[in-house]
Amino acid sequence: MVAVKLAVRNLIGAGLRTWLNVIVLSFSYVVIIWYSGLLEGWNRQARRDIIDWEIGGGQYWNQRYDPYDPFTIRESHGKIPEQLRDSIERGELTPILISQATIYPEGRIKSVVLKGIDPSQEILKIPSKKLDVEIEEIPAMIGTRMAKNNRLNIGDYVTVRWRDVSGVFDAQEMKIVAIFKTSVQTVDNGQIWIPLDRLYEMMQVSDEATILVTGRNKNFTDNVPGWSFKNHDFLLSEVDQIIKTKSFGGSIFYIILLLLAMLAIFDTQVLSIFRRQREIGTDIAMGMTRGQVIRLFTVEGAMHGVLAALFAAVYGIPLLSLQATHGFSMPASTDNYGLAIAERIFPVYSFGLVAGTVLIVMTTVTIVSYLPTRKIAKMNPTDSIRGRIQ
Amino acid sequence: MKDSRLIEIKGLIKRFPMGAGEFTALNSIDITFKRGEFAGVVGPSGSGKTTLLNIIGSLDTPSEGEVVVLGNSVGDLNHREAARLRLKHIGFIFQTYNLLPVYNVFENVEFPLLLLKMDASRRRKAVLDAIEWVGLTDKIKSRPAQLSGGECQRVAIARAMVKKPEIVLADEPTANLDAENSHHILQTMERLNQELKTTFIFATHDEKVIRYLKRKISLIDGKVVKDESMGKK
Repeated sequence: MVAVKLAVRNLIGAGLRTWLNVIVLSFSYVVIIWYSGLLEGWNRQARRDIIDWEIGGGQYWNQRYDPYDPFTIRESHGKIPEQLRDSIERGELTPILISQATIYPEGRIKSVVLKGIDPSQEILKIPSKKLDVEIEEIPAMIGTRMAKNNRLNIGDYVTVRWRDVSGVFDAQEMKIVAIFKTSVQTVDNGQIWIPLDRLYEMMQVSDEATILVTGRNKNFTDNVPGWSFKNHDFLLSEVDQIIKTKSFGGSIFYIILLLLAMLAIFDTQVLSIFRRQREIGTDIAMGMTRGQVIRLFTVEGAMHGVLAALFAAVYGIPLLSLQATHGFSMPASTDNYGLAIAERIFPVYSFGLVAGTVLIVMTTVTIVSYLPTRKIAKMNPTDSIRGRIQ
Repeated sequence: MKDSRLIEIKGLIKRFPMGAGEFTALNSIDITFKRGEFAGVVGPSGSGKTTLLNIIGSLDTPSEGEVVVLGNSVGDLNHREAARLRLKHIGFIFQTYNLLPVYNVFENVEFPLLLLKMDASRRRKAVLDAIEWVGLTDKIKSRPAQLSGGECQRVAIARAMVKKPEIVLADEPTANLDAENSHHILQTMERLNQELKTTFIFATHDEKVIRYLKRKISLIDGKVVKDESMGKK
């Protein structure tokens, strides 16, 4: 307690020197928490959007379906299992049929993935209701990226060519009836959504699907012959991997910030011990042991961390709360980052993040404060009292 | 009956390494100090006065011989024991005051009592008393930078005296002071010596100080050449 009391006095007495360190360190606290909160918010938003737009509560995959093998897509569909029909009726499951095709926008050839979806489905956020139109052409819906890359607008016609189940080529005009905006690129880039029934006609099949997307919070199990159930762990594993890589990159930034703050503390401590040799000698003459002096200087250094945490709270809490409420606007160029990025990211600051950051910074500050003080143990007090540089 | 011998020095030799060889700062010193003495170790610069005070104050150790302070052999004390001896029984007054620059007068005087873990109310009373002894009650909130040299030295005296130690070691306490301040300081110390029976040991070559001493130990080249009782000034 004496060390804490004396340390507080010394810090207050040191005035500007203390406050400069506290400001630098508090900046590190706020930026580390802000950046980690931003990453966490981004991660959560990405997972939420992917669940909402693409994977729902999980998916049944036809046993031949392999999303990474375009050559097998034509065969990777099958009859919708009888035992799942009731779930489809109740709106707990929606079938999606996937086929490859080619479109010819403005005379160019583009390979696309045709996805047939029930226009009345409400499991995915895809605005499939917009496909519920009676027109002679195939009604098609695309995402903004697809529209931009192929210079397609609502009302445009484009020729589509496909092969049915017998391998026969056919072609027809397709009309863009809707363009949707999503942060999930895997339902947008190179994808064309059309009504499931139209795709059945085109493919010369009926009641078939490539995947069956389940609703959230519904219990589906992996006991459907010919179909395998993929849960969130499986379907989000890629995203989790990207998040992990991104977090690693983030931690480098975190370490750099921490190092900068530590450098400031270390520098102050070294300078302090160099400049305060007479004081150290006096402390020892007054009856302090070397250990007590070392403890005093270490506590002084560590107190910078405490003061910085308090100071950071003063301006950090309103600032970060404001960000959490209003979000952080992401630049347009991040759209192709590889992970679903919304236009605005809302940082998430968990108790664990704040407490963890404070704990890590405090521990590091204490260690960094202690290291230079070991020099005190080697000082000769009689020389220190006279202010002789050692 | 309480032993009146406070400090006993027998055959003290102190050597310091110097280049390839050694320099003998103190050579075969034999001195005894009794309780309540107002004594001074007098000699020119480099005669070993400060070294002797440092050893008595357990800030340094003898190379040979024995220095016993309040029954503790200084050479045998470890760092912790030496610190405890200083903390409880010895007060220091330095030529350059050595006040803590970021503390005010009250905090500087309070410092040794904080180390002694004295409770707050007793501590406050002791500090205010000590500041009153040296006549600085009106400067209680001032920092050392706001005080004159004489005032700083009076703060240093209050700091040394606040814990009412048996021994006060004063190394050239008036070296940085003018005549008027020196006399004021010495009168303060003389009064404390008489009122509290504290033993004062000075290291000095200042005539102003020597005139106040009741015992003068003359040191030249690390040897005691004269040890005499002084008459009234």
